[in-house]
Amino acid sequence: MTLQRRAWLLAGVGGALLILLMGAAKLSDMRTGANVVERLPVTPELISRGAYLAKLGDCAACHSVPGSPAFAGGLRMNIPIGAIYSTNITPDKRYGIGDYSLADFDRALRFGVAGGHTLYPAMPFASYANTRSEDVEALYAFFQRGVAAAPTPNEAANIPFPLSMRWPLTYWRWLFAPSPTPFVSEEAADSIVARGEYFVEGLGHCGECHTPRALTLQVKAQNARQGDLFLSGAVVESWYAPSLRNGGPDTVGAWSAQEIEKFLTTGANDHGIAFGSMSDVIVHSSQYMTPEDAAATAAFLKTLAPASGVAAKQFVYDESTDRALRRGDATERGAMLYLDNCAACHKPNGQGYDRVFPALAGNPVVEGANPISLASIVLGGSATPITNSTPAQFTMPAFDWRLTDQDVTDVVNFVRTSWGNSASAIDVDSVSHLRRGLQVSQR
Amino acid sequence: MATVLKPVDAVVIGFGWTGSIMAKTLTDAGLSVVALERGPPQDTAPDFEYPRIIDELRYAVRGETFQPLAKETVTVRHDIGDVASPYRRYGSFIFGNGVGGAGMHWSGQIWRASPEDLRLRSHVEQRYGKRFIPADMTIQDYPVSYEELEPHFDHFEKVCGISGVAGNLRGKLQAGGNPFEGPRSDDYPTKPLPPVYSAQLFEKATSSLGYKPFPMPSANSSGPYTNPYGVRQGPCNMCGFCEFFGCFLYSKASPQTTILPILVNRHNFELRTNAYVTRILLDASGKRAIGVRYVDREGREVDQPADMVVLSAFQMHNVRLLLLSGIGTPYDPKSGKGVVGKNYAYQMSTSSAAFFDEDVQINPFIGAGAAGQRAIDEFNSDHFDHAKHGFIGGSLIVTDATGGRPIGQMWVPPDSPRWGSGWKEAVRKHYLHTATFNSLGSVMSYRDRYLDLDPTYKDSHGLPLLRLTFDWHDNEYKVAAFAVARVQEIIRAMNPRSQFSLFMKPGEKYDTRFYQSTHTTGGAIMGSSPANSVINRYSQSWDVPNLFVMGASAFPQNIGYNPTGLVAGLAYFSAAKIKETYIKSPGALVQA
Repeated sequence: MTLQRRAWLLAGVGGALLILLMGAAKLSDMRTGANVVERLPVTPELISRGAYLAKLGDCAACHSVPGSPAFAGGLRMNIPIGAIYSTNITPDKRYGIGDYSLADFDRALRFGVAGGHTLYPAMPFASYANTRSEDVEALYAFFQRGVAAAPTPNEAANIPFPLSMRWPLTYWRWLFAPSPTPFVSEEAADSIVARGEYFVEGLGHCGECHTPRALTLQVKAQNARQGDLFLSGAVVESWYAPSLRNGGPDTVGAWSAQEIEKFLTTGANDHGIAFGSMSDVIVHSSQYMTPEDAAATAAFLKTLAPASGVAAKQFVYDESTDRALRRGDATERGAMLYLDNCAACHKPNGQGYDRVFPALAGNPVVEGANPISLASIVLGGSATPITNSTPAQFTMPAFDWRLTDQDVTDVVNFVRTSWGNSASAIDVDSVSHLRRGLQVSQR
Repeated sequence: MATVLKPVDAVVIGFGWTGSIMAKTLTDAGLSVVALERGPPQDTAPDFEYPRIIDELRYAVRGETFQPLAKETVTVRHDIGDVASPYRRYGSFIFGNGVGGAGMHWSGQIWRASPEDLRLRSHVEQRYGKRFIPADMTIQDYPVSYEELEPHFDHFEKVCGISGVAGNLRGKLQAGGNPFEGPRSDDYPTKPLPPVYSAQLFEKATSSLGYKPFPMPSANSSGPYTNPYGVRQGPCNMCGFCEFFGCFLYSKASPQTTILPILVNRHNFELRTNAYVTRILLDASGKRAIGVRYVDREGREVDQPADMVVLSAFQMHNVRLLLLSGIGTPYDPKSGKGVVGKNYAYQMSTSSAAFFDEDVQINPFIGAGAAGQRAIDEFNSDHFDHAKHGFIGGSLIVTDATGGRPIGQMWVPPDSPRWGSGWKEAVRKHYLHTATFNSLGSVMSYRDRYLDLDPTYKDSHGLPLLRLTFDWHDNEYKVAAFAVARVQEIIRAMNPRSQFSLFMKPGEKYDTRFYQSTHTTGGAIMGSSPANSVINRYSQSWDVPNLFVMGASAFPQNIGYNPTGLVAGLAYFSAAKIKETYIKSPGALVQA
């Protein structure tokens, strides 16, 4: 056999295999789903329940963009291989989901398959998989009857061939997305904790940001039963979504249940203010939670034990930083930068002002296991969420125009190690990398 | 040909304090409201962000947020026979521009009027006799009492998160507050900030002289505070960049930090910026406003029809727009007839500096507006017997540590060189060790002090400028001399190395080159009848009952306090009546 013939044979076998793989994927995408039928009468109550669940699921975060009709899609999401756009999920028959049966809707929501192919996992179907059938019906009723049809065409994904082929997504789905099953909990099904767990693991899709991902991009734990990496904190682009588990001063889970509740419904509590994409979550989703659901969410988070290997350190306020700054001693690296740029609002004692300018001392974001959120805020600024109960917005300006990468490094490290904070250092290369990622000005 | 837009229920001209208050109330009542603001949009973010806002040259000297005088200004003359000249460069007073108006760049010094300020003529006549009032002094009573305004003063103080200490709580005097204030129904919503060092010296000196010093009420909330509208405010840190600046701390009350967060997204409200109103449109009878005409950002003429017009621009602009629109009879100083433009008044301030030795650390850069300042009210309004002094009115006396800013607030003793190394040496020696004190005095209204349209000068749209005819009268020189003598006594009690005062002496003319006070008043005054006023007690035009005129243009004469508290109190009083009565049955709220 000549070399040439052998190559042809290999190519032939490879091609056949590919066709087989693609065919199998296609078959799966066509067959996936459950044979669900409508059981609940479509009443105004069901539609309004669906509207509430759509808020909890934060559907608007991706499917609504300012200036366009609600749920008409069009949000650009940059992914490593290009850009995709959220789709029109209004009941428009041509561009939206007006033709969807309940089974089609359920297939998209929980199985991640729509229009005969697997969705990009930007759609958190792996989380939504646990949604109860009556809630799927309520959501379906809302999206068919409670939303105005908008004839807004969908934008095509902007991904070059061959990466634009979607059949590999099917294999990703097979390998990594849980097969949708009704919600189960170790708690009694009607307990407050179970109610919170259902939301956190499901529609709330908290783990999509707060649980670390493997190299193959699936979350390392889909729910509390899959181990203590669930909600243990993760990097999302230029931000670090902090741990929601109990633990030391670097976790949000260390807050009391009441503080967590207040944070979810107003965007702030005495220890911190939402920033980055959590602001959007508060604005579009969690501010609308009923007091019972907010309390249930907090109650569930409080049951999560610290991630293993996390040293349970305790924050103890240390007055020496404040004393040094007050006597004019700014010799510590970053201290002068802090006084010149930060102290006007966050105060020399790092305590800030309650629900206006967050405290930096003992703040889980400041002390987070990963320093990038802090550096990203310093570079790009941040604005507090506007909610129905908190109409005033407070903005931290961007300092990218004023501080060099070295300055940012020094001031972040100063903040992370002052007033009793004792978090790891950031290096100047990481700051440079963040600056490029945030597309803020170079300096 | 102007573009005619879809009618709305109400149009608001000028989007500062009173425009925001009225828009809030009218939208509360379900009306559709369009607010027209001549200047640009502006908000804490991105316009007042730290540290860019901390720029004295840009904001306090070059006045980046002030109304550009090259497009529209006023002309000024001293007396009726003079030719007026345009006010081409900011000095004496400042016009705001853009969203928030002067309520954005003010210093947050906020007072209620004294009860007797609101019935000044009858009070003076009763206590000192009719002859105590000079013949050419045209003061008159407000047609509304302190008691009627009190709930509205109180509400505005809560909206703003005012820091202070009550002096008179429901008639009971309170230690540490202003014993001369009218009875208040409630304390201030936030505690005062601690006194800066010069205020501590002032407290000690005034107490030793038997006066009752108290924290100056400040519209800078002293800590995080949530107002009755659910809007949260930040704390003041006495950064020194208050008056002329937007507040980066969300502390200084402005429409942006108190009302706009709940107003701007209402479905029945629309704000149009860069909309320059040129005329209030009337129907053929001239008795009903049918909307307003404005020039939009692209220079197009637009008519906005409305059932109701709220004129809430700055005091002088209110008067000018009435005159340009042919509403009411223009005031004629010769006959004393007519009311539009009548009773323009101002304030008479004095400034004094105490120069201490280098062991006294004043640190003037700590301070802001009224925050951390102290005041006495013994010599204001009719809080003292005027009989032997022979003048009407009085002055607040206050510490003035508002920032020690390097360009505008560098006091050196008068014998120091004015420039060069000698001046620098004097600055080095005195900057940290100089305390400054002010008096802010009332100015009465007079037959020959008024506003009208200038016969010569026009604005960039070809419309006549407003002409200001003003100079001091003897009564006001006496106010200044009396107040500065009190200030000097107080400074002497502090025992500094030397002191120096700036104040107007008899014969000195009104000089527009130097900042004195932006508290210009009158011209569309309120009163008991169409014969003595432009508006009634509800700020409603006598001539055009669907027009309401807000602001200090309503003051029949000026007071010895900063005007914003009274301006807002009158606006909320009017708003309440509109909501309660006028919307249900539009028409004259007071029969002429």
